[in-house]
Amino acid sequence: MISNSEAPSFIFQGVKIIDTFAEAFPITGTRVIVTAVSKEWAFIAANTATGHASSVIGCDTEAGIERELSPEETPDGRPGFSLLFFAFSKDSLQKAIVARVGQSILTCPTTACYNGVAIDPLRSIQIGGMLRFFGDGYQTSKLLDGKRYWRIPVMDGEFVCEDKFGTVKGVAGGNILILGTTQNLALQAASRGVAAARKVPDVILPFPGGVVRSGSKVGSKYKKLKASTNEAYCPTLRAISNSQLDANVSAVYEIVIDGFSREAVEAAMKNALFAACGEGVECISAGNYGGKLGPVHIRLSSLIS
Amino acid sequence: MIRLSYVSNSKVPLEAESIKPDLFIGKSNSEISKLPVFDGNRKCELGQFFSISGTMDDDFILIENDCANVKLIGSKMTRGKIEVLGNVGMHLGAGISGGSIVVRGSATDWVGAEMKGGTIEILGDAGHLIGAAYRGASVGMRGGNIIVHGNCGNEVGSHMRRGLIAIGKNVGDFVGMGMIAGTIITAGSVGIRAGAEMKRGTLVFLTEKPALLPTFRFSCNYDPSFLTIYFNKLKQFNFPLSTVNSPWSRYCGDLISIGLGEILCKA
Repeated sequence: MISNSEAPSFIFQGVKIIDTFAEAFPITGTRVIVTAVSKEWAFIAANTATGHASSVIGCDTEAGIERELSPEETPDGRPGFSLLFFAFSKDSLQKAIVARVGQSILTCPTTACYNGVAIDPLRSIQIGGMLRFFGDGYQTSKLLDGKRYWRIPVMDGEFVCEDKFGTVKGVAGGNILILGTTQNLALQAASRGVAAARKVPDVILPFPGGVVRSGSKVGSKYKKLKASTNEAYCPTLRAISNSQLDANVSAVYEIVIDGFSREAVEAAMKNALFAACGEGVECISAGNYGGKLGPVHIRLSSLIS
Repeated sequence: MIRLSYVSNSKVPLEAESIKPDLFIGKSNSEISKLPVFDGNRKCELGQFFSISGTMDDDFILIENDCANVKLIGSKMTRGKIEVLGNVGMHLGAGISGGSIVVRGSATDWVGAEMKGGTIEILGDAGHLIGAAYRGASVGMRGGNIIVHGNCGNEVGSHMRRGLIAIGKNVGDFVGMGMIAGTIITAGSVGIRAGAEMKRGTLVFLTEKPALLPTFRFSCNYDPSFLTIYFNKLKQFNFPLSTVNSPWSRYCGDLISIGLGEILCKA
């Protein structure tokens, strides 16, 4: 393996950028709009529904909060958040969202749930139409302008959930790797990158706080594992592994980006890369698996040019 | 746009079921003038009662002059737009499944009866049995929107199955009678026996609670978030929503039926 010190690179804003690519893959996604009586309760529902959703390696979906919505932007005129969910297929996406809305949004006081993507009948998934059975026969629906809204009686009134949600073919796994001289400076750079990436619409950063510290490689010495730690980027293993790290690198953080389109993911990666460059950042690279994982290759050099 | 000007002085109601974009499209004005209408029970041609100008190039029919004696305008239409600058007669848009009709004057009875889709907007008043089922039929309006900015008569939404009826001013007796589902919103006063025998569906009264039948039972005061979706829809029509206020009182009924209908009014 060629280490980062030997790999082709160029300098951007004083930081070495490895001339490599992020290896992303197609994925099915949707947008869920959650509202509640206050921004605080809407956030609780949004945050809970998108928990344990960092990677499809170990979760049923990759999910995150896209942005906060003002009352003027939501269907029922209340504060809300837009959430993006991604899974490998339409069916698995429906299954994951039904479970998450059912357990984390339906249960949360005053909430309601709406579709945030244009509906193509051939690619839609049913959410409210599956959850309605919780109403045990007391559920009712309203059909307005071709959209059906289910009203499920609950103990604080009723839970409103749109029947069908549209889906789009998106891109998951866009990423950059930030190699820092100290853990603190690397984390500061990653935080800047996260904030900048989140300004792009149609994307989420599904990992905690938008940052990954446990970058993985495909496979493991243990047969049951689909993925395992990427020892080439673990500073503690530099002396005993085929390390990609120079001696002055003490911490590596990854920013992973999923989006509704390649363009959105590229824009978010570009924002993250530009913002991350700064003090204590030795190098910026990207995670790829030699083309074995996905067909969408986003070169770091293309983001800068 | 094609322009029809009603030029007849006949006192006999004219049944003009052929006035709809579906039958006009692809025809020349002379062909359109030969479309059949009924003057009483006498079969005539459209051109005997309307002067026709313009061309049917954009699915839009504009009707001028007072057509209060002309029935069935736009009935069973599926597409396009009809705008009437004056009043219209009975059965306006009955059975339509698509397109839109705007009446700048008033209409009479059976507007949108048994309609399946599309939108009918009346800037003036309308008569009885708006969106209702015809006598002997079990199901009335099955979809679409009827917006009346003025007053309406009795039995509005009778046996409606789906769709939205919004009335800007007062409505008569038996609104939502036998309603199977759907939504009726009224901004003015409401007559007696609202929702009689309704099975499901929603009656929303933006004013104080009217006298309800004893077979409607109070459930709670609450803030139904789905109403905002309807109010946002009605804002597109400049519907009077100044009195909208939460919380709302919910009454369930009609308990002589299955009781899954609701009346929402100001708490």
